Amino acid sequence: MVWKGWSNIKYSDKFDSVFTAKMWKGWKKAKFEEELDPNFAEKIAQMPGCDRIYNCIQCGTCSGTCPMSVYMEYAPRKIIGMIRAGFKGEVLSSYTTWLCASCYSCTARCPKGIKITDVMYALKRFAIKEKMAPSKLPIPVLANEFFETVQKYGRNNEGMVVMKMYFKTNPTLPIRNLIMGIKLFIRGRMDVIQDKIVNRAQLHKILKSVGSGH
Amino acid sequence: MSYLYYPGCCCSMKATGKAYEESLQAVFNELNVAREELKDWNCCGATMYMAIDEMQAFGMASRNLALAEKQATDGDPQIVAPCSACYLVMNKTKKYMDEYPDIGKPINAALKDAGLEFKGTTKVRHPLDIIVNDIGLDKVRALVKKPLDGLRVASYYGCLMVRPYSEFDDASHPTTMDNLVEALGGEPVNWPLKTRCCGGSMTGTVEGVGLRLSYLLLNEAQRRGADVMITACPFCQTNLECFQKRIDRSVGGITQMPILFFTQLMGSAFGISDRKLGFHRLFVPFNRDKIRHHAEAAK
Repeated sequence: MVWKGWSNIKYSDKFDSVFTAKMWKGWKKAKFEEELDPNFAEKIAQMPGCDRIYNCIQCGTCSGTCPMSVYMEYAPRKIIGMIRAGFKGEVLSSYTTWLCASCYSCTARCPKGIKITDVMYALKRFAIKEKMAPSKLPIPVLANEFFETVQKYGRNNEGMVVMKMYFKTNPTLPIRNLIMGIKLFIRGRMDVIQDKIVNRAQLHKILKSVGSGH
Repeated sequence: MSYLYYPGCCCSMKATGKAYEESLQAVFNELNVAREELKDWNCCGATMYMAIDEMQAFGMASRNLALAEKQATDGDPQIVAPCSACYLVMNKTKKYMDEYPDIGKPINAALKDAGLEFKGTTKVRHPLDIIVNDIGLDKVRALVKKPLDGLRVASYYGCLMVRPYSEFDDASHPTTMDNLVEALGGEPVNWPLKTRCCGGSMTGTVEGVGLRLSYLLLNEAQRRGADVMITACPFCQTNLECFQKRIDRSVGGITQMPILFFTQLMGSAFGISDRKLGFHRLFVPFNRDKIRHHAEAAK
């Protein structure tokens, strides 16, 4: 087997163009002291698991170990630096947090014990709350569809969730992925009936009294 | 001590990972592991749920933990979670409820409201952990009827099984699955991407990114001469197997490689029939004799 190298890998053109435009915009923006949000770091540090962001020594272990960092506009190390500097707008509207696949390599390897994956989760929730999540990216849409299905029925049906996501973001994709769905269905690996739990009232009661905290 | 089987739904046992459930049941039967299904389990509140509402995600997982305590008949309950994500999320919930009173208090109150209680005795275990540490490789070795005869197996652990909350193996260089392969008569392939991310849900959302991460894994395993790859997560298996043709079409240089669940390989060595192990659900067919024949021809 011949190692083909990184440059031989083809990406989706659509993704690339959206991505580069966003990067360009982010880099060309100069920031003045008064535009920064000095309380941003404090707000993030209050979330559970994020209390150690002040300990960051900017060593870059997280960015180095992250399998997604090549696609991020700001890699994890930079994100933590930006949180502490108060770049609220840039951090919350970036693609970075949504590209985090939550594989926990950074959390496992951080020498200062920062739970970076939890910081990414906190940023995602914060971005939704502030309505700053990137609207063109399918990842938040998928997360939302998943959230609604599971909240309602207590269980998930991945085929349905993915279908709903495609119809909301890129309706041409279902046609392309229909063949894959049919292949999975033939092999008994796809269920069209929504699975539900029996005691849904109990689950809804728990979720209601927990409330929508962070 | 009682094992409570938690199939899990997202990326799962009733869906894409059906072969995992079938083969796991067959292997557990062979190993005489007494277990029952956790009654009326709900979704673990997986990673995507956490991105929208963390407290509710912990609430979801805590219901399962509390239900396990209610159902357990003798000793501390042990949830068997075959999906890596479920395993991680339930472990994380247990740990965070302990560590952060901000999370533990409201969730315990919510459980009480709904007529449940969680004392903190439930343990969350992965089937691999149970097979290797509770049952032991000696018993596995004794059951092998059709040894793998030096089949070169790349063990892919994936992200969430070994880090950061699991305790049964090393986070960077896990060896449990390799030891298991050796016990079955196979030859473990030493490769460095054992715990690298397969792309997860990225394959569905930003396809180019997800496919590239899977490509790196497949390419490296093949470069190191692996005949098959085994996984312990339904999502990794789907990404690496179902999308193999698409990866080959967009990147090239991938020869078809069967991706199995570790339980399927175990069952195959135990001499269980292919049908019971769900081999008919694979996209890339697995035929041991054919693979061996190829390997010998190459020599």
